[in-house]
Amino acid sequence: MESVTPSQNNWLQKVWFSVRIPFLAIILALIVGAVVLLVSGSNPLEAYAQLFKGAFGSLKNFQRVLEKSTPLIFSGLAVALGFKAGLFNIGAQGQLLLGAIIAGFVGFSIKGLPSYVHIPLALLCGIVAGALYGAIPGLLKAFSGAHEVITTIMLNYIAINLTDYLSDGPWKDMSPGNIVSRLPAIEESAKIGTIGPVPIGFIVAVLIAFLIWFVINRTTFGFEINSVGLNPHASKYAGMRTKVLIIAALIVSGALAGLGGAVETQGVVGRYQPGFNAGIGFDGITVALLARNSPIAVIASSLLLGAMKGGANTMQFYANVPNEIIDIIQGTMLLFVTAEMVVRWVFKMRKRSETEITVTAGWGQR
Amino acid sequence: MISETVKRGPFSHINWKLWRSVILALLILAAILFFNARNPAETRAVLRSTLRYAVPLILGALCGIFCERAGIVNIGIEGQMLLSAFTSYMTNAWTGNLMFSLFVGMVTGSIVGLFLAFLSIKLKLNQVIGGTVINILAAGITGYFYQVGTTTKGKFASIPLGPLADIPIIGPLLFNNPPITYIAIVLVIVSQIVLFNTRWGLRTRAVGEHPRAADTLGVDVFKIRYLNVLIGGVMAGLAGAFLTLEGVGLFERGMTNGRGFIALAVMIFGKWNPISSAMAALFFGFANAMQTQLQFMGIQIAHQFVGMIPYLLTIIVVSGFVGRSRAPAAEGIPYEKE
Repeated sequence: MESVTPSQNNWLQKVWFSVRIPFLAIILALIVGAVVLLVSGSNPLEAYAQLFKGAFGSLKNFQRVLEKSTPLIFSGLAVALGFKAGLFNIGAQGQLLLGAIIAGFVGFSIKGLPSYVHIPLALLCGIVAGALYGAIPGLLKAFSGAHEVITTIMLNYIAINLTDYLSDGPWKDMSPGNIVSRLPAIEESAKIGTIGPVPIGFIVAVLIAFLIWFVINRTTFGFEINSVGLNPHASKYAGMRTKVLIIAALIVSGALAGLGGAVETQGVVGRYQPGFNAGIGFDGITVALLARNSPIAVIASSLLLGAMKGGANTMQFYANVPNEIIDIIQGTMLLFVTAEMVVRWVFKMRKRSETEITVTAGWGQR
Repeated sequence: MISETVKRGPFSHINWKLWRSVILALLILAAILFFNARNPAETRAVLRSTLRYAVPLILGALCGIFCERAGIVNIGIEGQMLLSAFTSYMTNAWTGNLMFSLFVGMVTGSIVGLFLAFLSIKLKLNQVIGGTVINILAAGITGYFYQVGTTTKGKFASIPLGPLADIPIIGPLLFNNPPITYIAIVLVIVSQIVLFNTRWGLRTRAVGEHPRAADTLGVDVFKIRYLNVLIGGVMAGLAGAFLTLEGVGLFERGMTNGRGFIALAVMIFGKWNPISSAMAALFFGFANAMQTQLQFMGIQIAHQFVGMIPYLLTIIVVSGFVGRSRAPAAEGIPYEKE
């Protein structure tokens, strides 16, 4: 390693330039977390050590990290794709819930199917549920101009109410002894297994991330999505059907979130139960922004958040630190990665034109 | 607008909008009197529950109105409320001084407001993302620092306003309330006047609609924006304090439970207008109260469907199916001085 060729050097520099802001944001967030821990009388080094051990200390822990990362990849992709089209899809949570419950319903209600039919069928139903739910804000945005931030927030609450109703009403688990609201366990034939420690759902998530990368960077659809996101007026002038693209982007976004919910039901939880998917859609926002909307980087940022989630319980148990420190670190990370100026100011970096996220501002009809 | 002035029918001199509101108000009054005659206790319970549910929504919506009228989108109301609810609760637990706890809640709301203003005005961060950051941070901070089992020495009691409290029906409803409810009612009227009948309000709306023009006329856009977000923060702080000092009397993790977002819905439903928004909040509160009532009466509608009503209505309103509502024009766009 004594001679580094200029081209290699250049490549390294390029990578560093694209990851330095998220990387420094993570470091800063960990420092802020450490300060909070210190102030509240805990030992940050011990807490972080336990967090790390909880995430990577054993093969089983690592498997849990992968399990936690899987739905984050899907919801992160959903949010990132929305951002690419200039849409802030806060509704990934609702789309994910519907995907999860529909997959759970198909998983328990249909019996006697071979698993090579049952698994894809349940996944597909989850995808369709998420896509349809994503289509609503898309249609509203395209035809009435209703801002997607407002409509998706509202649709999230409607989805929570709807899934709560279904899991405490018509689809409730009526097995003797059950008092909580949840769906019956899905059939064995609908369960997604693991290869060694690696959940198959995780592999699917990674493949989908590459697929989305390909779609965005190498297809006409992706190009149009990008250009609508960067400048809707210019795109319209150039002859693109911006309304169709907005609807399509939110449908695909919803489909991704729905698939995430379905994979969570079939691969990890084994049934739909309210509360088990809480917050994943919102974490998707952090994941996407941390990855600066790059589908491949979504995998990395999901693994980071997944590792924090996976290690949190060990940290709580051994270092006696409340789980919620993770949320503080995550929130700070999000703050630093979005408010680049803070990071630049802290590290005295000069402004460099990097791809910035453009999201439509304000709501109401334009 | 043009069609209204051009129209010269035989009834064109009648202010239909005003009459519509008057007729609606009379109908509501008639309904209240009717139900009161049939079952006074039940009617009172429904009305009280309506008001209690509406107060934090009214205050949250006022926060949204002040921010957005000045051109700053605030979807961090949920986080502002949660943090204020937490700090006022903890202050109450430590000092037992309710008024001081209320003050701390208001200060918390305004600090978070200033933070949002700093992010969106100074750093020109996307305001929707800024609000999301606040919500995530608020959930994390309150969750981390809250210890289960903290107890307080009580919450605000009702203060009857002398003879006013003895008026039938509206007396016990409007004039026998704990302090934050009074504050909320007064603030709705004050905000309406401030926004539409004062120089400050005119400047605020100008900054929200066309900051460049306001700047040209010598209005300090940044100052107006900072101060309005600050005022809004105080309102959100009051809303949070209401939850822990007056409403529930306890703190729970994530206890705002979407109220900050419903407050946004209320604001849009009320077309960024304080009195209309208060009416919208009362309507949502009424829907909530009826849900409980229907269950007592043995009519089984799953509560989840009633719970959906505010959200469904908001979607219908923002989509322009029932009365279009228009946001301030310069909302969400960072202002750059030339």
